[in-house]
Amino acid sequence: MSGDSLFAMPTPKTDLIQGTLDLLILKTLSLQPLHGFGIARRIEQVSRDVFKVNPGSLLTALQRLERGGLLDAEWRGTGNSRRARYYSLTRSGRKRLEDELEDWKRRSAAVARLLSAEA
Amino acid sequence: MSFRQLTRALRALFTPRRTDAEVSEEVAHYLEEATAAHLAQGMTPDGARRAALIEVGRPASVREEVRSSGWEHGIEVTLRDVRYGLRRLVRSPVFTLTAVSTLAIGVGASTAVFSAVHPILLEPLPFPDAGRLVTLQDWNFEGYPMPSTLGTFDEVRTRSRSFEAIAATDQWRPSLTGTGAPERLEGQRISVGYFGLFGAIPIAGRGFVEEDHRLGEPRVVVLSYRLAERRFGGAREVVGRDIDLNGDPYLVIGVMPPGFDNVLAPSAEIWAPLREQASGDFSGREWGHHYDLVGRLAGSVSLESASREILAIGQAPVAEFPRPSWANLSQGLLIRPLQASVTQSAKPALYAIIAAVTLLLVIASVNVANLLLARGAQRHEEFAMRMALGASRRRVLRQLLTESVVLSILGGGLGLLVAQLGVLGLLAASPPGLPRVGAIRLSLAAFGFAAGLTAAVGILVGLVPALGASRRAAREGMHRSSTRNPGRRSRTRSVLVIAEVGLALTLLVSAGLLLRSVDRLTSVAPGFDPAGVITMQVVEAGHEFNSDAARLQFYEQALETVRAVPGVTEAGFTSQLPLSGDVDGYGYEDQAHPEVRPGEDGAALRYAVTPGYFAAMRIPLLAGRLLDGSDRSGAPLAVVINQGFSERLVGKKSALGQRLRFGPQMGNGQWMEVVGVVGDVKHYSLGVDAPAVFYTANSQWAWVDNVASLVVRTSGSPVTLVPAIKAAVWSVNPNVPIQRVQTMNGFISASAGSRRFTLLAISVLAITALLLAGVGLYGVIAGSVAERVREIGVRTALGATPLAVVGQVMRQAVTLTLLGIVIGIGGGFAASRVIAKMLFGVTRMDPLTYIGVILVMVAIALLASWAPARRAVGVDPLTALRSE
Repeated sequence: MSGDSLFAMPTPKTDLIQGTLDLLILKTLSLQPLHGFGIARRIEQVSRDVFKVNPGSLLTALQRLERGGLLDAEWRGTGNSRRARYYSLTRSGRKRLEDELEDWKRRSAAVARLLSAEA
Repeated sequence: MSFRQLTRALRALFTPRRTDAEVSEEVAHYLEEATAAHLAQGMTPDGARRAALIEVGRPASVREEVRSSGWEHGIEVTLRDVRYGLRRLVRSPVFTLTAVSTLAIGVGASTAVFSAVHPILLEPLPFPDAGRLVTLQDWNFEGYPMPSTLGTFDEVRTRSRSFEAIAATDQWRPSLTGTGAPERLEGQRISVGYFGLFGAIPIAGRGFVEEDHRLGEPRVVVLSYRLAERRFGGAREVVGRDIDLNGDPYLVIGVMPPGFDNVLAPSAEIWAPLREQASGDFSGREWGHHYDLVGRLAGSVSLESASREILAIGQAPVAEFPRPSWANLSQGLLIRPLQASVTQSAKPALYAIIAAVTLLLVIASVNVANLLLARGAQRHEEFAMRMALGASRRRVLRQLLTESVVLSILGGGLGLLVAQLGVLGLLAASPPGLPRVGAIRLSLAAFGFAAGLTAAVGILVGLVPALGASRRAAREGMHRSSTRNPGRRSRTRSVLVIAEVGLALTLLVSAGLLLRSVDRLTSVAPGFDPAGVITMQVVEAGHEFNSDAARLQFYEQALETVRAVPGVTEAGFTSQLPLSGDVDGYGYEDQAHPEVRPGEDGAALRYAVTPGYFAAMRIPLLAGRLLDGSDRSGAPLAVVINQGFSERLVGKKSALGQRLRFGPQMGNGQWMEVVGVVGDVKHYSLGVDAPAVFYTANSQWAWVDNVASLVVRTSGSPVTLVPAIKAAVWSVNPNVPIQRVQTMNGFISASAGSRRFTLLAISVLAITALLLAGVGLYGVIAGSVAERVREIGVRTALGATPLAVVGQVMRQAVTLTLLGIVIGIGGGFAASRVIAKMLFGVTRMDPLTYIGVILVMVAIALLASWAPARRAVGVDPLTALRSE
């Protein structure tokens, strides 16, 4: 289904941020399993509120990663008779994280070089 | 896509509620945690919740965002559109029924016709490299193709280099006796390599080899699978057994597979090796024109070069192969692809039916387009509303398209049903001799054709109104001007309905011309009186009939007992029957014109009869006397000829006393004297002039035929006497097969069979087209009345009488119809070219036909506008004015 076809679904805006968000989620979950809000909170805290996480994008990304086999999801009780959906990295999630980190480092180094050269 | 992705998506698709619940729960939990976080920072519970809501967004839209991210969402939307479309269709049942059945008729009829035409005209014959198979035919003295002789076959096979192989076949109709009721079988005697030409191999046992074709070898036969199953309990069981044919034992050496499509003789069930050889004695059977030749062109040889080679051979006779004058090969042979010669006779009718069904499909499509246009107009507000609420144009288009595809699928599905019925109908109505009837079925190819057609019609027809509707909706928004100013849209629909009427009339003209032809044809006098006459073929099988005397004695005794049956008034035997497909002709010599070489002056058909034949058929005597009991073997040879033959011999003068010699007598036989002249009798069909015919006493011919038709005139209903007549014949000899029981009236109507078939098919299509055009007219008129309710209300309020209102509505209908009729007359005249060859007794400009179909069309138009006119009269001015 291409985006031009009459029958295409309305797809959410995709840009660099989504790729970054995936990386941040994977990194966050590599430390410990968390639920959606926990992930958001951790990203905001660690980034010192540079990143504000949009819940819709986050939950969508989680669903996509889970379907892609990078994350496992399970419902766990949270004490007050509620339950939350906890996400953890799978083996291929870990592998992906390593690849993405590698990639990220290479690219950010390249961007940094470019920026300093221009200055 | 990984397995996991697939299963999750499928789960989302099939358990939407559970998936929804999970997403909702997750979103709710997120909101709770956010609220809790704010609480922890010291906010009030209310403030914390508000802050969390602001941060997270509306739970519903978050849910929607998450939900719509999966690919299954696209399917969901489509399903929703389908459900919505179905609901809309159910809510307007009249529209839905009309559109679906119109589509079903169009698609179904064309699929049925395609199913019939595909194996006959399009599909290659089911043989390896079938394109290289050809038939070879001789030319008769009038320049028409006819079967060849065995002598010609021998010469061509030996001298020609153009063929990989050639085979000859001859009709063979042995009587099967010994087990069960005596039965006459359809079969062929075939030369070496006949089965091999078609790449056919017996399913059990073996085929014929060279030795089987030598004189004096044991008698052997190969059976068809059908016959083996039908009479002998299966293919394996019968091989190696002896069966009784014509009183002789024949060894069954093989059985052909059920799939062997023997296109040259589809009804053949048994084969024997051809054993005779042509010699210099031209009086034998092997020099008669009754052998069908089929060959396979050698690798690089074209049809043209093969024809040239045979012509060259024909013009260079050699001593080794003597030729009689009637098979002198001077014109070469007609070589045609096997497929062409098999399908030749059916082509004109099939082309006419294809043309008719194409017209019908166009009419059906136009009708559906018209319906969708009208509906698009009604739904204008709905689209405008949806777009005002934020639906994109693409979204609206997508939904409209989904609806028309749903409509097409419904129509196509029902259409397949119609197609199946149509195929059954075509088969039931198919005239005898329609080639490859066995291969006609609702084929996969036809199914694909129907599916493709359905999709194309649905999308094309759906797209046009959809584009128009959405464009207008976008442009005009929710203005309601369109209901008062129908202008362009209704003009489009008027043009479409005019086209529909024109096309329907085009079909009606052809149907009318055919109807008149069949009417004219069946009113042609056949030359005999068919009322009350029943006929049946009696076969003298077995050794008890070896002598001519035994045969004659049987005929005489059989006639005696049949005449004694109550209700029988006259009875006679004849070697062949008019209009039955029997053809038995011979060249002749005229003593008064010795300069004419035997056989070159044409041929005459031989009827070997018993004296009662003329009375049973009521063939009138014009001069001289009829044959009678005194014309028996030993007496001077007497012959009665028909008027046409008499005119050919002596013009207007009396032919009595002329002396002729026929076929086997030619050269040095005894002369026969013309003792009487009788009226002409149509022989080939009612549409073909009576050929020259001579009648001899069955005891005065060179042989006594062992197959003869018993012709019985009865005083009551002839069919009820059949059992008594059969019993009478069997009381003389219980072993004779009796077959082809048919009234003379039955032969007459069968002889118009091919025209009748075309007439039937085209009439059904034309009547359907007429109905569709009527529905189209109704739709346009009704729509126009609905759109003009206000105007009609005003006119009524201003004092227009009901008659004036009706007149206004009907005038519109008649105007549209008349415009359509003008187009249709031109179209009908042009289209009748296709059926020109099938017309009889009427020209393509037959005024009665045109007047008739125009009246029918106008009547349909009036009928179609009747209901809308009544509705217009019923318009209450107050309601009409208030409604806006």
